[in-house]
Order: sequence, then C-alpha cells, then structure tokens
Amino acid sequence: MDINYSGVPAKGQASLLKKDKKVNTMSFKKIIYSQKVAPYVFVVPFILSFFFFWVYPLITAVTMSFQDIGAINSEWIGFANYAKLLKDNVFHIAVFNSVKYMFFTLVLLIPFPMLFAVLMDSHLVKAKGVWKAVLYMPALTSVVISGTLFRLMFTEYTTGQMNIISSFLGLGTYKWLKMGWSGMLALLIVACWRWTGVNMLYFLSGLKSIDSSLYEAADIDGASGWQKFRFVTLPLLKPTTVYVLTISVYAGLSMFLESYMLWAGNSSPNNIGLTIVGYLYKRGIEKNDMGYACAVGVVLLVVALIINFAQLIFNGTFKKEVE
Amino acid sequence: MAKQKTMASTPQRRVGTVLGTGFFLILSLIIVFPVFAGLLASFRPGTQLIRRGLSIDLNIKTMNLDNYVYLFSGNADSQKYFMWYKNSLIITIVSVVLTLLICYFVAYGLTMYDFRFKNLLFTIVLATMMVPFEILMLPLYKEIIAFKLIDTYTGVIIIGLCGASTIFFFKQYLSGLPKDLLDAARIDGCNEYSISVRIILPLAKPAFASMGILCAMGSWNAILWPLLVLKGAEKFTLPIGLNTLLTPYGNNYDVLIAGSMFGILPILVIFLIFNRYIIDGMTAGAVKG
Repeated sequence: MDINYSGVPAKGQASLLKKDKKVNTMSFKKIIYSQKVAPYVFVVPFILSFFFFWVYPLITAVTMSFQDIGAINSEWIGFANYAKLLKDNVFHIAVFNSVKYMFFTLVLLIPFPMLFAVLMDSHLVKAKGVWKAVLYMPALTSVVISGTLFRLMFTEYTTGQMNIISSFLGLGTYKWLKMGWSGMLALLIVACWRWTGVNMLYFLSGLKSIDSSLYEAADIDGASGWQKFRFVTLPLLKPTTVYVLTISVYAGLSMFLESYMLWAGNSSPNNIGLTIVGYLYKRGIEKNDMGYACAVGVVLLVVALIINFAQLIFNGTFKKEVE
Repeated sequence: MAKQKTMASTPQRRVGTVLGTGFFLILSLIIVFPVFAGLLASFRPGTQLIRRGLSIDLNIKTMNLDNYVYLFSGNADSQKYFMWYKNSLIITIVSVVLTLLICYFVAYGLTMYDFRFKNLLFTIVLATMMVPFEILMLPLYKEIIAFKLIDTYTGVIIIGLCGASTIFFFKQYLSGLPKDLLDAARIDGCNEYSISVRIILPLAKPAFASMGILCAMGSWNAILWPLLVLKGAEKFTLPIGLNTLLTPYGNNYDVLIAGSMFGILPILVIFLIFNRYIIDGMTAGAVKG
C-alpha cells in the first residue's frame, strides 16, 4: 500500500518503519505494542501539549495576576492588581465595549443567519451552492485584509463608501471611526460581514439533521408555515443554536483584531474601539506590565465562563448530559 | 428540502423562487462588495486610497496594472513581499501536516480503545475549548521566550499542534467507522500502530481533507500569535508583513492593496476546489452539540 510514514509522531513508533512482525522478541517492545499501552502512546502528544500549553499557562496567568512582574524580580502583591482594575476607567471602557459588542453580535448573528438558513433550506432558492460559497468567503480572508478594506470604506472623506451610502440615504456624512456609536457600528458591520455566512452554514447543517417526516406530519395536522417553524424547526435546532451561542459569546468577548485593524493599531480616539483583549495587549505587550495584564485576562475568563454557564444552564444543556 | 416536492409549479411558487433567489443574490453582492472594491482599488495608485478611501469607480481608463507590476518587479519591496509569502507558506504547510497527524492519532487513541482515563481525557479536550486563547497568550509568550523559541517558526507552530476542535472532529469521524476492522486486522497479525496507519488512516481521508483546509486557512490568516513570536522582518508571515505596511503616511499602499488581493488568492483557490469538505468540517461540531 502507498502510505507515507514520514510524519508519524515518534513516540515509540519509529520501529514500525522496519519490522512489523518481530514484535515479541523484546519485552519493552512487547509492552509498547500491547493493546493496553497503545492508547496511552496515541494520546501522549495531547497530554504533553495540555500541560505545557494549557495547564501551565493558565496557572501562570492566575498567579501572575497577583504579582508585580518586573524584568528580574517579581513581587507578590495580593489583590492589588484587581483593586487597581476596579478603579481603572480605561478598563471599564474596554469591558463595556466588549460586552456591548458581544451583545449586539448575538442579536445580529443568531436570528438572521437562522432565518437565512431556513430560507436557503426551502425550495424557494435556486443555485444554493453558489450563495453558500459566496457567503462563506469573508471567513477566508485574513482580518488584516478585511480590516484594511473596511477601514478604507469607513474613511471620513466624502468619497468613501459609507459616506456615499449615508449621504444617498439623506443622513449626511460622518467621521465614522471617530465617534463612539459609529465606531461600534463599524465593528458590528465587519462582524456581520465576516460571520453571517458561517453561522448560516451552522444552522443549515442543523436543519439537515431534522427528520423531514416531522414536517409531513405537521402538514397533515394542518400546521401553518409559522407553526412549523415555531414548533418543529426551532426546538429541533436548539443544539445548533446553543453551540453558535456559546462560540459567539467567546468570540464577542475576546474580539481584538477587528478593532486593531479598523483603527490601524491599538489606540482609537477616546478608546471607542478598545476591547478587553486590546487592553490586555496594551498593558502586557506594549507597556510590559504582565501582572496587571494577566489580571485583565482572568477577569475576561471569569466573565466568559459566567455568561456561558448561565446560558448553558438556562438552555438545559447540562440536564441532557445527565440522562 | 423534500418538504413539498410534489407541489405543482404554480405562478405563486415561481414568484417565491424569484424572491428567495433574489434575496440571496442581493446578500451575496453586499458580501462581495468590499473585496470587489479592493480589487478595483488595486488597479489604481495607492495615493488615491489615502485621499479618497476605498471607492468604487468603474472607469477602466484610470485603471492600470502598475501595482502588480511593481509587486512582481523583483525590487526590494517585491522581494520583501515574497519572503513573507514564502514564510507563510512554510508555516502553513508544516503546521497543517503536523497538526493533522498528531490530532488524528490522538483522536484514534480516544476513539478506538477503552482505557481508564478515556472519558476524563475527552472531557479535558472539550474543556480546553472553554478558555479563550487570549488569556493564555501572555504566559505562553513568556514560556516561548524561556524555551528560546522566540522569533522561530517552531515557536509559532508548536502551541497549536493539538487543536481541541481538530481532535474533536477526527473523533466524531472515527466514531462512525466500524471497530470490527481493528479486530480483523489484529487477527491478521497487524500491530496496533500499523492498524492506525494502514487500515484506518486511508478510511479517514475525507476527514483529513476537511480539517486540512480549515487548519490551512487558520494558519495562513493567523496574526495575533505570530505577531508576538516573530520579531525580525525576515521572519514575518504575510498578514504581519502587510500589517507593517499600514503606516499613517500610506507610502506603501501600492504594495499593500495589490499584495492583499494576491494574498487572498491561495486560500480562495483551495476553497473553490474543496468547498464541500470545508462546510462538512466546519459544521461537524454543531449538529450533535
């Protein structure tokens, strides 16, 4: 058979290259090759990666948040970083921006993609493959590229697209990226542009898994289109909705690059585009105050976990697992 | 879908089809618009971008290929651009190959065997997805410095090799394969590792295709972590390199806009060829929830 061995992870498998049959000659080999041990060999890379690149940094992030990290010495300062966060107005702006952004992305990027998916799934749409591919396309482009394109579209000059559109609608022209509301609007437009298609595809695959006989049964009972959506589609789509909700909460709260690209850097006028991660980056990387930045990260983690657990409990996800 | 296929084609239905299809046509035009405007802008001098923003102007007389000629001219800017391009290609290819193989074997171990810590490990895989990367970013950065991997490709690649979502997807896929195959192979004298490589891996090719494309996209477009790890301009990946061209003076916008458009190309080509696999791979996690 035509197989490529070259990339096999090296853990105890190198000998596989040479001999397959002479296994029972050596006892060490025998152990490694036994059915009891093999699964552990397979999962070793994950365990290593888990400890080095997840457990350790997570613990470090928490401990660093209680320290004043200097170039040489680090000093344990208890809750001082957190006390400082409570009084830090810029941090409050960042939290407010991130939560606001997350909230609006949920409002915009769950119901509409769901409706688009229902429409796409109906017999009313032709050439489905084309639309699906086009709507997915923004997710392919790097934030660097799409952010730059949108930054140019939101230019304050009257020749920019957004100003042409808004003046066409009789709304006049704006300095989009210099005011709070329009800055947030720009971020949300970028988010909608990038994620509408992706979320629609999630819902579409959820719809595909719904048994079509349920709709036939509903037809026999004389259900209207709305009733079918409300009592068949919506409840059966729930696992997909919960999934999209969960990832959207994380994506919304930890948004950074969109803002970074839209304002060509991590500073926006009056911090209108500053997010929690943006502040973490500013403090940790730009100002090299790692301890304080880690406290920002811990707050982000706690906020994200609380919102998601609340959402999952509300949606009854944990109950289902117990059954 | 199959809901009302028997219904005869009525005028109302035809109107519905026009409206439904028309809706997605308009939506698609809106989605394509920024990229199309960017493409048009790439045929005009970069100074226009600074002065006028991204504006749509279909006048073909004012368009030319100067930016692309400059990009491919082989001068200093052009060399820099293609160095970034090459770096991105290397990082993408290496990380995709390694990530797929490692995640495949991990998922294989978690799916094909019953062992003591199996459920615990799988729970851990899912739990790692619950923590946003940005929180781990600073400690990871310190760790990479301590390992002396700063400013190396290894430092960029190593932290993502065991992507939880990739493992999860492979596990979903492998769960669908009959385990009898393993016993049959064992009876034939195949050892545990040969089975995973010779028997099951060929069967998992569609999963490799789906995940390969998603990993490639992620890696090609990654910016946050490479931005931290890579310090020297000769190591930059394409997104980071393009980002350095975004100066307030805009003297590099010729390269920036043409380079951005040319940077979308590889991913776009892969997408157009494999788009079915991408959608399969991306949505696999969402259905079972």
